Amino acid sequence: MGDGSFVEMSETEIRKEIEAGVAEGAKKAKCPPLTEDDIEKLMKIICDPRKFVSVERGNELVLTYDSQPLKFTRLGIPIAMPQILQIYERALMADTLEMAYVHYSAKPVKMILPEEEAAVAEALLITTPALLYGVMPNMPMYTKPDGPCENFTELMPKGLITEAQAAQLEAAALLETDLILLGKRMYEAGADGVDFDTTAAGGDAEFYAVLRAVEKLRAMYPKMNIEVGMSGEFILGFHGSLQYKGERLAGMYPHDQCRMVAAAGGTVVGAVVNTNTRKSFPWNLARSLTMCKYAVEVSSIPVHANVGMGVGGVPMQITPPIDCVSRASTAMAEVGKLDGL
Amino acid sequence: MAIVHSQASGMGGIRTAGDLVARMQLAKSMRLNDAKKFVADKLKVSLLDLTDEVAMREVREDLDIANVFMGYGAASRGIEAKANISKLLDLEINCVEKFKKKTGMLFK
Repeated sequence: MGDGSFVEMSETEIRKEIEAGVAEGAKKAKCPPLTEDDIEKLMKIICDPRKFVSVERGNELVLTYDSQPLKFTRLGIPIAMPQILQIYERALMADTLEMAYVHYSAKPVKMILPEEEAAVAEALLITTPALLYGVMPNMPMYTKPDGPCENFTELMPKGLITEAQAAQLEAAALLETDLILLGKRMYEAGADGVDFDTTAAGGDAEFYAVLRAVEKLRAMYPKMNIEVGMSGEFILGFHGSLQYKGERLAGMYPHDQCRMVAAAGGTVVGAVVNTNTRKSFPWNLARSLTMCKYAVEVSSIPVHANVGMGVGGVPMQITPPIDCVSRASTAMAEVGKLDGL
Repeated sequence: MAIVHSQASGMGGIRTAGDLVARMQLAKSMRLNDAKKFVADKLKVSLLDLTDEVAMREVREDLDIANVFMGYGAASRGIEAKANISKLLDLEINCVEKFKKKTGMLFK
Protein backbone atom coordinates (compact mmCIF):
# COMPACT_ATOMS: atom_id res chain seq x y z
CA MET A 1 0.00 0.00 0.00
CA GLY A 2 1.00 3.65 -0.24
CA ASP A 3 1.84 3.62 3.47
CA GLY A 4 4.17 0.62 3.05
CA SER A 5 1.89 -1.96 4.66
CA PHE A 6 1.89 -5.41 3.07
CA VAL A 7 -1.19 -6.64 1.19
CA GLU A 8 -1.85 -9.53 -1.18
CA MET A 9 -3.75 -9.06 -4.45
CA SER A 10 -4.76 -11.27 -7.37
CA GLU A 11 -3.59 -10.36 -10.90
CA THR A 12 -7.14 -9.23 -11.70
CA GLU A 13 -7.13 -6.89 -8.70
CA ILE A 14 -3.71 -5.51 -9.63
CA ARG A 15 -4.85 -4.81 -13.19
CA LYS A 16 -7.90 -2.98 -11.89
CA GLU A 17 -5.73 -0.88 -9.58
CA ILE A 18 -3.35 -0.03 -12.44
CA GLU A 19 -6.20 0.98 -14.72
CA ALA A 20 -7.73 3.14 -12.01
CA GLY A 21 -4.35 4.77 -11.28
CA VAL A 22 -3.78 5.51 -14.97
CA ALA A 23 -7.25 7.03 -15.31
CA GLU A 24 -6.75 9.19 -12.23
CA GLY A 25 -3.33 10.41 -13.42
CA ALA A 26 -4.63 11.25 -16.90
CA LYS A 27 -7.63 13.07 -15.45
CA LYS A 28 -5.67 15.14 -12.93
CA ALA A 29 -2.79 16.14 -15.22
CA LYS A 30 -4.99 16.34 -18.34
CA CYS A 31 -2.55 14.09 -20.18
CA PRO A 32 -2.82 10.92 -22.29
CA PRO A 33 -3.20 7.62 -20.41
CA LEU A 34 -0.60 4.86 -20.57
CA THR A 35 -1.04 2.60 -23.60
CA GLU A 36 -2.23 -1.02 -23.40
CA ASP A 37 1.35 -2.08 -24.11
CA ASP A 38 2.58 0.06 -21.19
CA ILE A 39 0.00 -1.51 -18.88
CA GLU A 40 1.08 -5.02 -19.91
CA LYS A 41 4.73 -4.14 -19.22
CA LEU A 42 3.76 -2.71 -15.86
CA MET A 43 1.75 -5.84 -15.01
CA LYS A 44 4.83 -7.97 -15.69
CA ILE A 45 7.02 -5.79 -13.50
CA ILE A 46 4.56 -5.65 -10.59
CA CYS A 47 3.54 -9.32 -10.78
CA ASP A 48 7.10 -10.62 -11.02
CA PRO A 49 7.31 -13.21 -8.20
CA ARG A 50 10.83 -12.16 -7.25
CA LYS A 51 11.37 -9.70 -4.41
CA PHE A 52 13.84 -7.57 -6.35
CA VAL A 53 13.17 -6.56 -9.97
CA SER A 54 15.57 -4.77 -12.31
CA VAL A 55 15.75 -3.42 -15.86
CA GLU A 56 16.88 -5.46 -18.82
CA ARG A 57 20.48 -4.80 -19.84
CA GLY A 58 20.60 -1.70 -22.01
CA ASN A 59 17.62 -0.01 -20.33
CA GLU A 60 19.62 1.58 -17.50
CA LEU A 61 19.27 5.28 -16.79
CA VAL A 62 21.18 8.01 -14.95
CA LEU A 63 20.82 8.70 -11.24
CA THR A 64 20.97 12.11 -9.59
CA TYR A 65 20.47 12.53 -5.85
CA ASP A 66 19.20 14.84 -3.18
CA SER A 67 21.74 15.62 -0.46
CA GLN A 68 24.00 12.59 -0.31
CA PRO A 69 25.74 13.71 2.95
CA LEU A 70 22.38 14.03 4.72
CA LYS A 71 21.64 10.35 4.14
CA PHE A 72 24.67 9.30 6.22
CA THR A 73 23.91 11.83 8.94
CA ARG A 74 20.41 10.34 9.21
CA LEU A 75 21.96 6.94 9.76
CA GLY A 76 24.05 8.33 12.62
CA ILE A 77 27.33 7.74 10.80
CA PRO A 78 29.62 10.72 11.46
CA ILE A 79 31.77 10.92 8.32
CA ALA A 80 33.00 14.17 6.74
CA MET A 81 31.07 15.25 3.66
CA PRO A 82 33.84 14.76 1.04
CA GLN A 83 34.35 11.20 2.26
CA ILE A 84 30.62 10.50 2.02
CA LEU A 85 30.79 11.51 -1.63
CA GLN A 86 33.74 9.15 -2.14
CA ILE A 87 31.63 6.33 -0.70
CA TYR A 88 28.80 7.17 -3.10
CA GLU A 89 31.27 7.25 -5.99
CA ARG A 90 33.21 4.06 -5.26
CA ALA A 91 30.84 1.87 -3.24
CA LEU A 92 27.31 2.93 -4.12
CA MET A 93 27.75 3.30 -7.91
CA ALA A 94 26.54 6.90 -8.03
CA ASP A 95 26.42 8.45 -11.50
CA THR A 96 26.51 11.96 -10.00
CA LEU A 97 27.40 13.55 -6.66
CA GLU A 98 25.61 16.14 -4.58
CA MET A 99 27.21 18.09 -1.75
CA ALA A 100 24.75 19.61 0.71
CA TYR A 101 24.46 20.99 4.22
CA VAL A 102 22.49 18.83 6.65
CA HIS A 103 19.63 21.36 6.96
CA TYR A 104 19.38 21.35 3.15
CA SER A 105 17.61 24.75 3.06
CA ALA A 106 19.14 27.67 1.16
CA LYS A 107 18.86 30.25 3.91
CA PRO A 108 21.01 28.60 6.64
CA VAL A 109 23.79 27.82 4.13
CA LYS A 110 24.52 31.55 3.85
CA MET A 111 25.81 31.55 7.45
CA ILE A 112 28.36 28.81 6.72
CA LEU A 113 29.08 29.51 3.07
CA PRO A 114 32.92 29.58 3.33
CA GLU A 115 32.94 26.18 5.08
CA GLU A 116 30.61 24.73 2.48
CA GLU A 117 32.73 26.11 -0.34
CA ALA A 118 35.80 24.51 1.24
CA ALA A 119 34.05 21.13 1.43
CA VAL A 120 33.04 21.43 -2.24
CA ALA A 121 36.56 22.44 -3.31
CA GLU A 122 38.07 19.56 -1.32
CA ALA A 123 35.63 17.00 -2.72
CA LEU A 124 36.25 18.17 -6.28
CA LEU A 125 39.93 17.20 -6.03
CA ILE A 126 39.21 13.61 -5.01
CA THR A 127 36.02 12.65 -6.87
CA THR A 128 35.27 11.99 -10.54
CA PRO A 129 31.52 12.32 -11.40
CA ALA A 130 29.81 15.70 -11.84
CA LEU A 131 29.32 17.34 -8.46
CA LEU A 132 26.32 19.58 -7.80
CA TYR A 133 25.66 21.67 -4.72
CA GLY A 134 22.11 21.00 -3.56
CA VAL A 135 19.71 23.11 -1.54
CA MET A 136 15.99 23.27 -0.93
CA PRO A 137 14.67 26.77 -1.70
CA ASN A 138 12.26 26.43 1.27
CA MET A 139 10.73 29.91 0.95
CA PRO A 140 8.69 29.69 4.19
CA MET A 141 11.99 30.07 6.11
CA TYR A 142 11.92 33.73 5.08
CA THR A 143 8.62 34.32 6.91
CA LYS A 144 7.96 34.99 10.62
CA PRO A 145 8.95 33.57 13.07
CA ASP A 146 11.95 32.23 11.11
CA GLY A 147 12.48 35.24 8.84
CA PRO A 148 11.69 38.92 8.26
CA CYS A 149 8.57 38.63 6.05
CA GLU A 150 4.98 38.43 7.23
CA ASN A 151 3.73 34.83 7.35
CA PHE A 152 1.36 34.40 4.40
CA THR A 153 -0.12 31.22 5.82
CA GLU A 154 -1.35 33.24 8.81
CA LEU A 155 -2.56 36.19 6.72
CA MET A 156 -4.67 34.14 4.28
CA PRO A 157 -7.06 32.58 6.83
CA LYS A 158 -7.75 36.12 8.08
CA GLY A 159 -8.85 37.15 4.60
CA LEU A 160 -5.84 39.44 4.12
CA ILE A 161 -5.21 38.17 0.58
CA THR A 162 -3.46 41.24 -0.84
CA GLU A 163 -1.17 41.40 2.20
CA ALA A 164 -0.46 37.64 1.88
CA GLN A 165 0.45 38.07 -1.78
CA ALA A 166 2.75 41.00 -0.98
CA ALA A 167 4.44 38.98 1.79
CA GLN A 168 5.09 36.12 -0.66
CA LEU A 169 6.66 38.44 -3.20
CA GLU A 170 8.91 39.89 -0.51
CA ALA A 171 10.00 36.40 0.59
CA ALA A 172 10.44 35.31 -3.03
CA ALA A 173 12.77 38.25 -3.71
CA LEU A 174 14.95 37.33 -0.71
CA LEU A 175 15.00 33.69 -1.78
CA GLU A 176 15.95 34.58 -5.35
CA THR A 177 18.88 36.68 -4.10
CA ASP A 178 20.11 33.84 -1.88
CA LEU A 179 19.83 31.19 -4.60
CA ILE A 180 21.84 33.35 -6.97
CA LEU A 181 24.46 33.95 -4.25
CA LEU A 182 24.76 30.22 -3.49
CA GLY A 183 24.89 29.26 -7.15
CA LYS A 184 27.51 31.87 -7.90
CA ARG A 185 29.75 30.98 -4.95
CA MET A 186 29.57 27.23 -5.49
CA TYR A 187 30.28 27.57 -9.19
CA GLU A 188 33.24 29.82 -8.41
CA ALA A 189 34.42 27.13 -5.95
CA GLY A 190 34.47 24.72 -8.90
CA ALA A 191 31.20 22.80 -8.57
CA ASP A 192 29.71 21.61 -11.85
CA GLY A 193 26.47 23.27 -10.88
CA VAL A 194 23.51 23.37 -8.54
CA ASP A 195 20.41 21.38 -7.71
CA PHE A 196 17.45 23.35 -6.38
CA ASP A 197 15.55 20.45 -4.88
CA THR A 198 11.94 20.29 -3.58
CA THR A 199 11.22 23.45 -5.54
CA ALA A 200 7.78 25.01 -5.03
CA ALA A 201 7.10 23.33 -1.68
CA GLY A 202 6.20 26.87 -0.60
CA GLY A 203 3.87 27.36 -3.56
CA ASP A 204 3.84 29.32 -6.81
CA ALA A 205 5.88 32.25 -5.43
CA GLU A 206 8.69 29.86 -4.53
CA PHE A 207 8.60 28.36 -8.04
CA TYR A 208 8.69 31.91 -9.45
CA ALA A 209 11.77 32.78 -7.35
CA VAL A 210 13.59 29.61 -8.44
CA LEU A 211 12.81 30.15 -12.13
CA ARG A 212 14.10 33.73 -11.93
CA ALA A 213 17.25 32.59 -10.09
CA VAL A 214 17.88 29.90 -12.71
CA GLU A 215 17.42 32.44 -15.51
CA LYS A 216 19.95 34.80 -13.93
CA LEU A 217 22.49 32.08 -13.13
CA ARG A 218 22.20 30.83 -16.71
CA ALA A 219 22.92 34.35 -17.99
CA MET A 220 25.97 34.62 -15.70
CA TYR A 221 27.30 31.11 -16.30
CA PRO A 222 26.27 29.69 -19.70
CA LYS A 223 27.94 26.33 -19.00
CA MET A 224 26.62 25.76 -15.48
CA ASN A 225 24.80 22.46 -14.80
CA ILE A 226 21.43 23.38 -13.28
CA GLU A 227 19.01 20.77 -12.03
CA VAL A 228 15.63 21.79 -10.61
CA GLY A 229 13.90 19.07 -8.63
CA MET A 230 10.24 19.72 -7.93
CA SER A 231 8.40 19.04 -4.67
CA GLY A 232 4.93 17.99 -5.79
CA GLU A 233 2.83 17.06 -8.78
CA PHE A 234 0.81 20.27 -8.53
CA ILE A 235 2.00 23.86 -7.98
CA LEU A 236 0.10 25.15 -4.98
CA GLY A 237 -1.38 28.57 -5.72
CA PHE A 238 -0.73 30.31 -2.42
CA HIS A 239 -0.31 33.52 -4.42
CA GLY A 240 -2.47 32.43 -7.32
CA SER A 241 -1.70 35.09 -9.92
CA LEU A 242 2.03 34.79 -10.52
CA GLN A 243 3.14 34.27 -14.10
CA TYR A 244 6.50 33.34 -15.61
CA LYS A 245 7.03 34.11 -19.29
CA GLY A 246 3.30 34.79 -19.60
CA GLU A 247 2.11 31.51 -18.02
CA ARG A 248 0.32 31.19 -14.71
CA LEU A 249 2.33 28.97 -12.39
CA ALA A 250 -0.36 27.93 -9.94
CA GLY A 251 -1.91 24.59 -10.82
CA MET A 252 0.85 23.39 -13.15
CA TYR A 253 1.35 19.62 -13.34
CA PRO A 254 4.72 17.91 -14.07
CA HIS A 255 4.69 18.32 -17.86
CA ASP A 256 4.17 22.09 -17.54
CA GLN A 257 6.62 22.37 -14.66
CA CYS A 258 9.27 20.76 -16.87
CA ARG A 259 8.57 23.23 -19.69
CA MET A 260 9.01 26.15 -17.31
CA VAL A 261 12.31 24.87 -15.92
CA ALA A 262 13.62 24.40 -19.47
CA ALA A 263 12.45 27.88 -20.44
CA ALA A 264 14.32 29.38 -17.47
CA GLY A 265 17.57 27.64 -18.44
CA GLY A 266 17.65 24.47 -16.35
CA THR A 267 19.55 21.53 -17.88
CA VAL A 268 17.78 18.71 -16.00
CA VAL A 269 14.40 18.70 -14.26
CA GLY A 270 13.08 16.43 -11.52
CA ALA A 271 9.40 15.48 -11.87
CA VAL A 272 7.41 14.58 -8.78
CA VAL A 273 4.14 12.70 -8.36
CA ASN A 274 2.95 12.30 -4.79
CA THR A 275 2.03 8.96 -3.23
CA ASN A 276 -1.47 8.53 -1.79
CA THR A 277 -0.95 6.50 1.39
CA ARG A 278 -4.53 5.13 1.32
CA LYS A 279 -4.18 3.68 -2.19
CA SER A 280 -2.32 0.59 -3.34
CA PHE A 281 1.21 0.46 -4.73
CA PRO A 282 0.02 -0.50 -8.26
CA TRP A 283 -2.45 2.42 -8.23
CA ASN A 284 0.20 4.90 -7.11
CA LEU A 285 2.88 3.67 -9.51
CA ALA A 286 0.49 3.64 -12.49
CA ARG A 287 -0.69 7.16 -11.68
CA SER A 288 2.89 8.38 -11.30
CA LEU A 289 4.01 6.77 -14.56
CA THR A 290 1.12 8.34 -16.45
CA MET A 291 2.16 11.84 -15.45
CA CYS A 292 5.92 11.26 -15.71
CA LYS A 293 5.77 9.59 -19.12
CA TYR A 294 3.92 12.57 -20.57
CA ALA A 295 6.39 14.98 -18.94
CA VAL A 296 9.24 13.10 -20.65
CA GLU A 297 7.43 13.32 -24.00
CA VAL A 298 6.85 17.08 -23.91
CA SER A 299 10.05 18.18 -22.15
CA SER A 300 12.97 19.54 -24.14
CA ILE A 301 15.45 18.69 -21.37
CA PRO A 302 16.18 15.41 -19.53
CA VAL A 303 13.57 14.47 -16.94
CA HIS A 304 14.57 12.61 -13.76
CA ALA A 305 11.61 11.28 -11.79
CA ASN A 306 11.79 11.67 -8.03
CA VAL A 307 11.45 8.14 -6.69
CA GLY A 308 12.12 8.55 -2.99
CA MET A 309 10.00 8.13 0.10
CA GLY A 310 6.40 9.11 -0.71
CA VAL A 311 6.92 10.06 -4.36
CA GLY A 312 7.04 8.32 -7.74
CA GLY A 313 4.90 5.42 -6.56
CA VAL A 314 7.21 4.61 -3.64
CA PRO A 315 5.34 4.17 -0.33
CA MET A 316 5.48 6.95 2.25
CA GLN A 317 7.70 5.11 4.67
CA ILE A 318 11.15 5.83 6.13
CA THR A 319 12.14 2.24 5.26
CA PRO A 320 10.31 1.74 1.94
CA PRO A 321 9.97 -1.94 0.92
CA ILE A 322 12.64 -3.02 -1.57
CA ASP A 323 9.92 -4.89 -3.52
CA CYS A 324 8.23 -1.57 -4.27
CA VAL A 325 11.34 0.58 -4.80
CA SER A 326 12.94 -1.85 -7.25
CA ARG A 327 9.66 -2.12 -9.20
CA ALA A 328 9.17 1.65 -9.28
CA SER A 329 12.78 2.08 -10.42
CA THR A 330 12.37 -0.50 -13.19
CA ALA A 331 8.99 0.79 -14.35
CA MET A 332 10.22 4.38 -14.51
CA ALA A 333 13.00 3.26 -16.87
CA GLU A 334 11.08 0.77 -19.02
CA VAL A 335 7.52 2.12 -19.03
CA GLY A 336 7.95 5.83 -18.24
CA LYS A 337 11.09 6.11 -20.43
CA LEU A 338 12.61 8.54 -17.96
CA ASP A 339 16.06 10.01 -18.67
CA GLY A 340 17.00 9.42 -15.06
CA LEU A 341 15.86 9.18 -11.49
CA MET B 1 17.18 3.66 -1.26
CA ALA B 2 20.30 4.70 -3.24
CA ILE B 3 21.51 1.10 -3.34
CA VAL B 4 18.16 -0.21 -4.59
CA HIS B 5 17.98 2.29 -7.44
CA SER B 6 21.62 1.78 -8.44
CA GLN B 7 21.03 -1.98 -8.63
CA ALA B 8 17.58 -1.88 -10.24
CA SER B 9 18.06 0.74 -12.93
CA GLY B 10 21.26 2.78 -12.47
CA MET B 11 24.07 2.88 -15.02
CA GLY B 12 26.78 2.15 -12.45
CA GLY B 13 28.74 5.39 -12.05
CA ILE B 14 32.52 5.14 -12.50
CA ARG B 15 32.22 1.33 -12.23
CA THR B 16 30.89 1.54 -15.80
CA ALA B 17 30.12 4.70 -17.82
CA GLY B 18 27.27 6.18 -15.77
CA ASP B 19 29.23 9.27 -14.72
CA LEU B 20 30.07 10.09 -18.33
CA VAL B 21 26.49 9.78 -19.57
CA ALA B 22 25.31 11.82 -16.58
CA ARG B 23 27.79 14.57 -17.43
CA MET B 24 26.34 14.94 -20.92
CA GLN B 25 22.82 15.18 -19.50
CA LEU B 26 23.72 17.73 -16.86
CA ALA B 27 26.01 19.86 -19.00
CA LYS B 28 24.36 19.67 -22.41
CA SER B 29 20.78 18.63 -21.62
CA MET B 30 21.25 15.56 -23.81
CA ARG B 31 18.37 13.10 -23.57
CA LEU B 32 19.27 9.64 -22.26
CA ASN B 33 19.65 7.80 -25.56
CA ASP B 34 21.54 10.68 -27.17
CA ALA B 35 23.90 10.92 -24.20
CA LYS B 36 24.56 7.17 -24.26
CA LYS B 37 25.29 7.23 -27.99
CA PHE B 38 27.56 10.26 -27.64
CA VAL B 39 29.59 8.60 -24.89
CA ALA B 40 29.71 5.21 -26.65
CA ASP B 41 31.01 6.90 -29.81
CA LYS B 42 33.66 8.81 -27.87
CA LEU B 43 34.79 5.64 -26.08
CA LYS B 44 34.54 3.61 -29.30
CA VAL B 45 32.40 0.96 -27.58
CA SER B 46 28.89 -0.42 -28.15
CA LEU B 47 25.85 0.83 -26.23
CA LEU B 48 25.70 -2.42 -24.25
CA ASP B 49 29.37 -2.03 -23.28
CA LEU B 50 28.49 1.16 -21.39
CA THR B 51 27.09 -0.88 -18.48
CA ASP B 52 29.44 -3.86 -18.79
CA GLU B 53 31.68 -3.68 -15.71
CA VAL B 54 34.41 -5.84 -17.18
CA ALA B 55 34.59 -4.10 -20.54
CA MET B 56 34.37 -0.66 -18.99
CA ARG B 57 37.06 -1.30 -16.40
CA GLU B 58 39.51 -2.04 -19.19
CA VAL B 59 38.34 0.93 -21.24
CA ARG B 60 38.56 3.27 -18.28
CA GLU B 61 42.00 2.05 -17.31
CA ASP B 62 43.24 2.39 -20.89
CA LEU B 63 41.84 5.92 -21.14
CA ASP B 64 43.00 6.78 -17.60
CA ILE B 65 39.62 8.13 -16.48
CA ALA B 66 39.19 6.52 -13.03
CA ASN B 67 37.49 3.34 -11.92
CA VAL B 68 36.23 2.08 -8.57
CA PHE B 69 39.56 0.33 -8.04
CA MET B 70 41.75 2.96 -6.42
CA GLY B 71 44.59 0.86 -5.06
CA TYR B 72 48.27 1.15 -5.93
CA GLY B 73 48.79 1.39 -9.66
CA ALA B 74 45.20 2.45 -10.27
CA ALA B 75 44.07 4.72 -13.08
CA SER B 76 43.94 8.47 -12.53
CA ARG B 77 41.45 9.62 -9.94
CA GLY B 78 39.61 12.79 -9.01
CA ILE B 79 40.85 15.93 -10.68
CA GLU B 80 43.40 13.93 -12.72
CA ALA B 81 40.67 11.75 -14.19
CA LYS B 82 38.41 14.74 -14.82
CA ALA B 83 41.14 16.45 -16.85
CA ASN B 84 41.25 13.35 -19.05
CA ILE B 85 37.44 13.13 -19.22
CA SER B 86 37.26 16.77 -20.27
CA LYS B 87 39.52 16.03 -23.25
CA LEU B 88 37.83 12.74 -24.07
CA LEU B 89 34.28 14.13 -24.13
CA ASP B 90 35.36 17.51 -25.51
CA LEU B 91 33.56 18.99 -22.53
CA GLU B 92 34.63 21.91 -20.39
CA ILE B 93 34.59 20.84 -16.73
CA ASN B 94 34.43 23.74 -14.32
CA CYS B 95 36.88 22.51 -11.67
CA VAL B 96 39.36 21.36 -14.31
CA GLU B 97 39.35 24.84 -15.85
CA LYS B 98 39.91 26.34 -12.40
CA PHE B 99 42.71 23.85 -11.71
CA LYS B 100 44.44 24.83 -14.96
CA LYS B 101 44.12 28.50 -14.12
CA LYS B 102 45.46 28.09 -10.58
CA THR B 103 48.41 25.96 -11.60
CA GLY B 104 49.17 27.73 -14.85
CA MET B 105 49.08 24.33 -16.55
CA LEU B 106 47.85 23.92 -20.10
CA PHE B 107 46.73 20.44 -21.08
CA LYS B 108 47.26 19.25 -24.62
